[in-house]
Amino acid sequence: MSNPEQTNPVIIETDRSTSLVRIQNLSKTFPVASGFFRKGNSFIHAVDDISFEVGEGEILGLIGESGCGKTTTGKLLVKLETPTSGQVFLKNTHVEVKLPKQKAGVAKATSAKTKAISLVTSDGFADIAHLRGRSLKLFRRNVQMIFQDPYESLNPRMTIYDICAEPLSVQSIGSLMEREARVAELMDLVGLTPPETFLFRYPHELSGGQRQRVAIARAMILNPSFIVADEPTSMLDVSIRTGVMNLMLELREKFKISYLYITHDLAVARYMCDRIAVMYLGKIVEMGQTEDIIQNPQHPYTRALISAVPIPDPSVRRQPMELKGGVTKPINPKPRCRFYERCPMATQRCATSDHPPLEDKGSGHSVACYEV
Amino acid sequence: MALLEVKDLSMHYWTRKGEVKAVDEVGFSLEKGESLGLVGESGCGKTSMALTLLKLLPENAKILKGHIFFYKEFQPQTANALLGEMVNLVPQKANGRASTLGRLTRIEGEKLLVQPARNGATKAPSPVSFSFSEIAQVGLDLVPLREERMQRVRWKGISMIFQAAMNSWNPVYRVGDQILEAMQTHLPKTSVQQSKKRIAELFQMVGLDPRMMERYPHEYSGGMKQRAVIAMALSCDPELIIADEPTTALDVIVQDKILREMRQIQKQLHMSMIYISHDIAVIAEVSEKIGVMYGGKLVELADTQTIFERPAHPYTKALMSSFPNLKGEKKKLEALPGEPPDLISPPTGCRFHPRCPYATEVCKEKDPVLEVRQPGQVAACWNPLH
Amino acid sequence: MQVTTKTLPPSLWRVRMHLWLKGMGQSWSTFRESPIGVTGLVIIVFFGLLGAFYPIYPWFMGKIAWDQETIQKEGIDLNIVYNPIFGVGNDPLLIKGFPQPPSLRHPLGTNADGPDVLAQIMYSASREFLLGMMAALITVIIGTFIGAVAAYYGGWIDTLFMRLADVFVLFPPIAFLVVVSALVQRAGIEMTHMLLALILGLLFGFGSITIVLKSQALTIKVKPYIEAARVAGGSSFHIIFAHIIPNILPLSFLYMMFNVTTAIFSEAALSFFGLLPSINMSWGLMLFRAHTQGWILGHQGAFYWWVWMPPGLAVTLLCSAFYLVGRGLDEIVNPRLRKR
Repeated sequence: MSNPEQTNPVIIETDRSTSLVRIQNLSKTFPVASGFFRKGNSFIHAVDDISFEVGEGEILGLIGESGCGKTTTGKLLVKLETPTSGQVFLKNTHVEVKLPKQKAGVAKATSAKTKAISLVTSDGFADIAHLRGRSLKLFRRNVQMIFQDPYESLNPRMTIYDICAEPLSVQSIGSLMEREARVAELMDLVGLTPPETFLFRYPHELSGGQRQRVAIARAMILNPSFIVADEPTSMLDVSIRTGVMNLMLELREKFKISYLYITHDLAVARYMCDRIAVMYLGKIVEMGQTEDIIQNPQHPYTRALISAVPIPDPSVRRQPMELKGGVTKPINPKPRCRFYERCPMATQRCATSDHPPLEDKGSGHSVACYEV
Repeated sequence: MALLEVKDLSMHYWTRKGEVKAVDEVGFSLEKGESLGLVGESGCGKTSMALTLLKLLPENAKILKGHIFFYKEFQPQTANALLGEMVNLVPQKANGRASTLGRLTRIEGEKLLVQPARNGATKAPSPVSFSFSEIAQVGLDLVPLREERMQRVRWKGISMIFQAAMNSWNPVYRVGDQILEAMQTHLPKTSVQQSKKRIAELFQMVGLDPRMMERYPHEYSGGMKQRAVIAMALSCDPELIIADEPTTALDVIVQDKILREMRQIQKQLHMSMIYISHDIAVIAEVSEKIGVMYGGKLVELADTQTIFERPAHPYTKALMSSFPNLKGEKKKLEALPGEPPDLISPPTGCRFHPRCPYATEVCKEKDPVLEVRQPGQVAACWNPLH
Repeated sequence: MQVTTKTLPPSLWRVRMHLWLKGMGQSWSTFRESPIGVTGLVIIVFFGLLGAFYPIYPWFMGKIAWDQETIQKEGIDLNIVYNPIFGVGNDPLLIKGFPQPPSLRHPLGTNADGPDVLAQIMYSASREFLLGMMAALITVIIGTFIGAVAAYYGGWIDTLFMRLADVFVLFPPIAFLVVVSALVQRAGIEMTHMLLALILGLLFGFGSITIVLKSQALTIKVKPYIEAARVAGGSSFHIIFAHIIPNILPLSFLYMMFNVTTAIFSEAALSFFGLLPSINMSWGLMLFRAHTQGWILGHQGAFYWWVWMPPGLAVTLLCSAFYLVGRGLDEIVNPRLRKR
């Protein structure tokens, strides 16, 4: 693919599909400083060779315990992190590639110097991994993120208006009057009404739920097609949380936005998501339709996870599944199933073979396990 | 037999912005071996409630009124220790006398003399005398108790597991030594050898390898640290443990395991528990009784089963219907309108009325009190659901 | 629900102005509760007034302390009598060669050459202020910018500035200033207050303040709102200036107060060593002269207290006043110190 003679974007022929985001073999490793002497040979495999797609207007839930790499995945999708390898394709991404300067007459292969080669598919997808400059800025309009902590994700020294209008001003969209009108419109949309009572207040004067609504308004103001929501409701109170979740569902209906909904709470994921991907130590171990996963989990980890969720109904008796040990860190993982140490049904094969591939077991329900 | 009785308890904070009515006229009682769950949103006063019960309050907080009775079976030999304290004397059932609240002023031979509280009367009531054989239980009132007496009740009588406790281990000491130090302070008569043996037992009980005693906190995972906190809370054989969000920071699999272990230990040691959480699902799994708090008040108190089948207070119902469920069919959740009340200037009348779908005129004016809706269920509402 | 654009305020700057004033009002009410800070502020205001009243001092003294007829008859020019630098004029009551004790004509007495001590104090006050403020401002601007940039970019930029800070912290500042003053003299440049402020500002700007502000900026850098700004498409420039700097600015302001103290003290010290010949009047210089003429440690030094005590006290008070204000501001900047 990376032809050094190529100066234009590399075009990949693909089948047309309805997906909006397509992730292929995405990996991200972080170096670990080990001990007193920093040795460069230890890496945390935060995200390890994962692939999935998010359709237009679809909510994909990314489930897992803390440290499983779900937040890193989210950050890779909005390009807050750059992947170590693999591609993140997004539909309707505008790619500008600088043509290398050519010496008189000789078409010199200078692009060998340019490390980044932009990949573009024939149905309008482009790899965002190496976007920079103007292309990156335009991409930012398309993809936004909502953060977990509404107390930390709004600058305490900016008014609500400034926070919401920030994307417009950094993208130089609209006049001052237009921006004001747009912010007021968004405030209305997220249920902060009447807008003028909120616009010139500071975040600390608002409650957690209101702040998260401001964060949603900020994410929505550029009309993105894809939003990564990193545990947007986990820090909110129960009675407030439902309102925010319903708001996000309404926005999806209205604007056909796709979400990657990152959460550790399976009950929330069930309520919000169309499909669920379960992550364990940087790997997706199971993926499928939400009800399929909840009612009929296949992977032992998913089964343990679901069996551990408390049920707010005293008449239901759960049968919790025992797991050995606790979550470790994926530092230089051994070439075997990531779940091997804790798996109650591990066999010799799990220990000797590589991590099992994610295989479709029918009707879009895929599992990465040798024993299923 | 009651172990803890809270009556009409109010605790307010004084801040720069005004007086925060964090706990307002709360009352409940807890039997021995029973577990009570307090559920409510952040800022509803549930953590303040826990701090008040332990009297671990910051300087700007004050208990305005009310009683916290910590009951013990009456033993004549320990009566001396109670001299001068406010007590609630509960006579034997067959006796027919009413329980008496007052200051224990004198012990004369086989008799206790109690000076009842004045309660607004102009003349001090005359002292009441009880013979030893008449008394079944003595409830020590923790509210007026001096700090040095209170320290003896903490850990040995009432112990606690706090939300952030797992991050409060001192990183430079071994975990076992830290528990040992706490034990030595509170149980000075026990030898170091005995204490160490006891800690090893406790570690086993909470699912930790006793060898972990010799390790430092950084060698523990989050779940292990929380287990060690539980072991520490159990170290002085308390009769009651108050657990404030004991598993909130933990992952779901670890949370489930720890909750089950706590439940098991509680049954095994016949201990009472007060669980405090925002997560009604967690509360439902570990407690027999559930108290729902809203805006500094207890709005409903009932058996777990009852509260789920027939909630009486509209807030309880709203709380439960806004929880997404993993079992059963998927339905649209109803969001509660509005925001939790500001406890500096709470709404008049019922504090829930601005958000309540059933609110009427009376709700805006008068504050409802807890009334019995059915056996084992009380609720404070003018328009209860049944 | 309707979009209510019409009711929006017509001009943003007016709203911002209002918010800013409101914020200042809140900060002021917090500050007012700190007795330390208010004490400092009172002292600063006192010296401010002292400096501001200098121009009318001769006129005022002429009104209250002098016989109008004598002024007319002797042809006394009060502006010369109260000139802080050279003037004695023909005040018939003064005997040169010995300091005159405080009197109605000279509230703090005169020094041995005749000039009025209070006039010297008043004249110097505004210059000390200017010097202290300028130097502190330069220090804080440099410190804030470097702190923010070093924290944001990290890597070699961070290393460079931090090692530079180490070097500046390592130098004993007074000794370093002695060398710099000498070099400036040697180069034939006149050492004015402004130049001194610049030198002091640069010297302290690259020093410990960058380390403090950088560590503050580091805590800001990892906040999710920085990531949110990046996701919105904000450039590094935007993030540094719209997010990091506004959030470390309160701390910068606090350090500015402490740096005023340092600057005024450094000037006094240099003047005391006689290293600033181009600055013809300052509190430090008053002390220098009193010392070299033997009024401080001479055989009857303590007797002529009005020669050395007023400038000494002025330096001490003003330096501590800025420090006290800084402490008062600390309670606004660090809410954890605030009592509930």
